[in-house]
Amino acid sequence: MKRLIQYAAFGLLLFGAACTQEKKLPIYGDKEAKISKDANGNEKIDTVYKTIPNFKFLNQDSIEVTQDAFNNKIYVADFFFTSCTTICPIMHRNMRTIYDKYKGNPEVMFLSHTIDFKYDKPSVLKKYAKKLGVDVPQWQFLYGDKKEVYGLAEKDYLVAVQEDSAATDGYVHQGWLVLVDKHKRIRGAYDGTKPEEVEKLKSDMDILLAEKN
Amino acid sequence: MKSQKSKVKSISVKKIVVYTFFLAAVAIVINACQSASEIEMAKYLSNGKDIYVARCQNCHGANGEGLGELAPPLTDTVFLKANKQKIACYIKNGANEPMEIHGKTYQEKMPAFKDLHDIDIAQVMVYVTNSFGNQQGMYTYEQVAKDLQNCK
Repeated sequence: MKRLIQYAAFGLLLFGAACTQEKKLPIYGDKEAKISKDANGNEKIDTVYKTIPNFKFLNQDSIEVTQDAFNNKIYVADFFFTSCTTICPIMHRNMRTIYDKYKGNPEVMFLSHTIDFKYDKPSVLKKYAKKLGVDVPQWQFLYGDKKEVYGLAEKDYLVAVQEDSAATDGYVHQGWLVLVDKHKRIRGAYDGTKPEEVEKLKSDMDILLAEKN
Repeated sequence: MKSQKSKVKSISVKKIVVYTFFLAAVAIVINACQSASEIEMAKYLSNGKDIYVARCQNCHGANGEGLGELAPPLTDTVFLKANKQKIACYIKNGANEPMEIHGKTYQEKMPAFKDLHDIDIAQVMVYVTNSFGNQQGMYTYEQVAKDLQNCK
C-alpha cells in the first residue's frame, strides 16, 4: 500500500512538471514548408517561419548597426519619435520598467526605431536616450530613411506607421511592443500603453528566455 | 415638537434622545453651510483629475513623477508655489524655457493645450497643486483668466 502511494506521488510530480514545461509562446507570421532530401534520398520537411530581415541603420552614437547586434538575443522592438507627445511617453515609461527588470542581462536587448526621418537624427536620439536615462548599448535607438524603416514596420514587424500632417505631432503609429526571439521570429506583440499588457510581456519574456534554442 | 415634549416630560431618557437629534440636525446644517466651498474644491479636484489623466499623465506620470529628464516631476511644491501665476500660461501656450525643479534643470518642449478653457486649466491646476504631496488649496478660473492675460 505504502509503495502504491509513493508511486502515485511520483507520477503526479512528473505530471506536474510536464505541465509547467508546456508553456510556449506562439510563432507569428506566415510559414512555409520546405522539403529537402538528405544524402540517402529521404525526404525531410522543415517549417520555415517568417523572420525579421537584416537591416542597417545608424544608432544614437552614429554607429552603423545591423541585425548582427541582436544575434543570440531576444529583443523588444517599438516604433516611436522623439517629439511625440501622445503615446510615446507612456510606451517608453512602460518599456523602461522592462529595461529595469532585464538591465545587464546579456540575452535581452531593446530596439526603438524612430519614424521621424526628418528630425530624429542620431544626435537627437542620443539626447533623448540620455534624458530617458537609458543611453546604453543594451537599448539601441535607430535612425534610417523613411522607405526602409516604414517598410520594416509594416511588412515585418506588422506595426502600422504613417506620416500624417493632420495628426497632433505629424505622424501616426501603433504602440505595439514586439517581442522577437533568438531566431528573429516574432513571438508576441503587446500594447505598450497598457500596464497589464506590459506585465504580460515581462512574463512572456521569462518564458522565451527559458526556451531551449 | 410640542406634543412630543409633553410626552417625554416624565421620561428623561427620551428627552435626551430628542435633544441629541435636534443638536445633530443643527450640526449637519452648519456643516453643510461651511463646506459649500469645499464642495466647489472637490468638484475642481475630480474634474481636474480627469483632465490630468487624459492630457498630462502621459508625460508627467500617474503620480506626478515625471519621465526621466524628458518631463519634470510635479512634486516640487516650492517651484509650483513660486511660479503659480505662470502655470496657466505653460498649460495653454506650452513651454520651452529652462526650469529648475528639485534643483535640476529641465529644458524640453512642453506642448500647448490651446483647447483647454480657463475652467479646465483652473481645475487641472487645483488637482496638481493638491496632489503628489502638494497642498496649496483652491485656484479659481477667474485667477486663471487674469494669469493668461499676462502671458509672455
